[in-house]
Amino acid sequence: MKHFKESAMKCLFLTTACVSVAAVILICIFLFANGVPAIQKIGVFHFLLGITWKPANNLYGNLPMIIGSLYVTAGALLIGVPVGILTAVFMARFCPKQIYRPMKAAVNLMAGIPSVVYGFFGLVVLVPMVRDLFGGRGMSVLTASILLGLMILPTIISVSETSIRAVPNSYYEGGLALGASHEKSVFFTVVPAAKSGIFAGVVLGIGRAIGETMAVMMVAGNQAAIPAGVTSGVRTLTTNIVLEMGYSTDLHREALIGTAVILFVFILIINISLSLFKRSVQ
Amino acid sequence: MAESIRQNVKIRRTDPQSFLLFFLVHLAALLTMLALLFIIIYILVKGIPHLTPDLFSRTYTSENVSLFPALINTLLITVVSLLFAVPVGVGAAIYLTEYARRGNKLVGITGVAAETLSGIPSIVYGLFGSLFFVKYLGFGLSLLSGSLTLSIMILPLIMRTTEEALKSVPDSYREGSFGLGAGKLRTVFSIVLPCAVPGILSGIILGVGRIVGESAALIFTAGTVAETASSIFSSARTLSVHMYSISGEGLYIGQTYATAVVLLAVVILINAVSNYAAKKIGGERTDG
Repeated sequence: MKHFKESAMKCLFLTTACVSVAAVILICIFLFANGVPAIQKIGVFHFLLGITWKPANNLYGNLPMIIGSLYVTAGALLIGVPVGILTAVFMARFCPKQIYRPMKAAVNLMAGIPSVVYGFFGLVVLVPMVRDLFGGRGMSVLTASILLGLMILPTIISVSETSIRAVPNSYYEGGLALGASHEKSVFFTVVPAAKSGIFAGVVLGIGRAIGETMAVMMVAGNQAAIPAGVTSGVRTLTTNIVLEMGYSTDLHREALIGTAVILFVFILIINISLSLFKRSVQ
Repeated sequence: MAESIRQNVKIRRTDPQSFLLFFLVHLAALLTMLALLFIIIYILVKGIPHLTPDLFSRTYTSENVSLFPALINTLLITVVSLLFAVPVGVGAAIYLTEYARRGNKLVGITGVAAETLSGIPSIVYGLFGSLFFVKYLGFGLSLLSGSLTLSIMILPLIMRTTEEALKSVPDSYREGSFGLGAGKLRTVFSIVLPCAVPGILSGIILGVGRIVGESAALIFTAGTVAETASSIFSSARTLSVHMYSISGEGLYIGQTYATAVVLLAVVILINAVSNYAAKKIGGERTDG
């Protein structure tokens, strides 16, 4: 009896362990089964490289959204990466002990603020600001980039900080012993030694930026055209889905699932390259 | 110490590169903190004057724009999601740390699966939820569909934190338990799990934070009905979705600010609890 209970529970635990694998498989099956036929019907070439998205005319070109996502993500990285890494260096190596705890809590809080709140803040503060400073309608690549740059900060900061802290102190001391200043030892011995962890943080940030939906939707303007400049409106892959999913039917609906397939493939590429990179470092 | 500081200041004055690095690092940290403070203070200042009793009426009408039903729905969705995610996540972690042998292929595969799950954007979860739970399983736009979608979303988080908590329990505890004649199951449930509870709790708190903040995954699974859910099969919007809906209508800017205040308050509370828990765990570790 006791033996039976032991093995029954072991089976149960085994089943729960398989749930995450099953979930990944189910997500793949449902996305691909619903999206790929539509992509084939529309034509892979047109679907990926077509520059017009006009569901009313049966035109389903996703290039504007792909480029939009790339622009916005690149912009977010331009802002988030330098600030994030420098802040991480501050927290790991420059921060007085009394400030560290509240600062860590603040970064965690930043990660916890819901994306609608970020989006609303962007809408009422950043959009008018960009409109006044740079012209245009304010809802633009630039606005979305600034907002996303803010949103990916906590990810980059906490991953980078952990990896900077993991560098043995002897590196730093060696730098000092050779006559380098505190700053130079940190930046030329400790930070390079932590570069793989910092890189992982940046890649996670990319994932967050590409996948962010609600906040981008509220500030990006959402025109389905390739943006002409940093102050023109932009629509990303994620927002394309949310904007039109509610009222879409038939092929239009399937085309949106096709957009999600593109997004999913992007994320898979990022994830796989990250884990390959981690393995190669180890 | 004082000498080294003085020396550092001197180096900074004479070496422009060091000074520049010093300056940049502080500037970045300041910028980060100012941005966060600005967001929070701006929302609080604009929102608190709009926190009227009307906003907390029992039912939602287009006049009072009450957030109370959404608050209750958030609570319900959180509880139901945890009911699915916690047993599965903890069970999986128990299997991976306590049962799986070294070199077991499943450990690697679930690791990859969990990593993939945690990288998937919430809108893709939303789409999957609407295809699978809403359509294929026929749950409709409902609290259940939303909760199931969210439970898959937070599963990797619960799994990972529980795994880490279980791994940090010293092997001597397990050996002691086996030595006293306890079986595997008994060891897990009465020795290992209780020690790991603080770690598991901190994972659950993080999960709650994600659920509360989520909107993209819920719009197409739990829907946007602004009333308190009467059953698990009725459509219900959470606080985040509620805030998104009323911000889009453009008529309720004041109420949107106020809703943002409530949402921020919930998030800050969750963070405070999680910091407290983390401190507790840290404290215990230094004791033992």
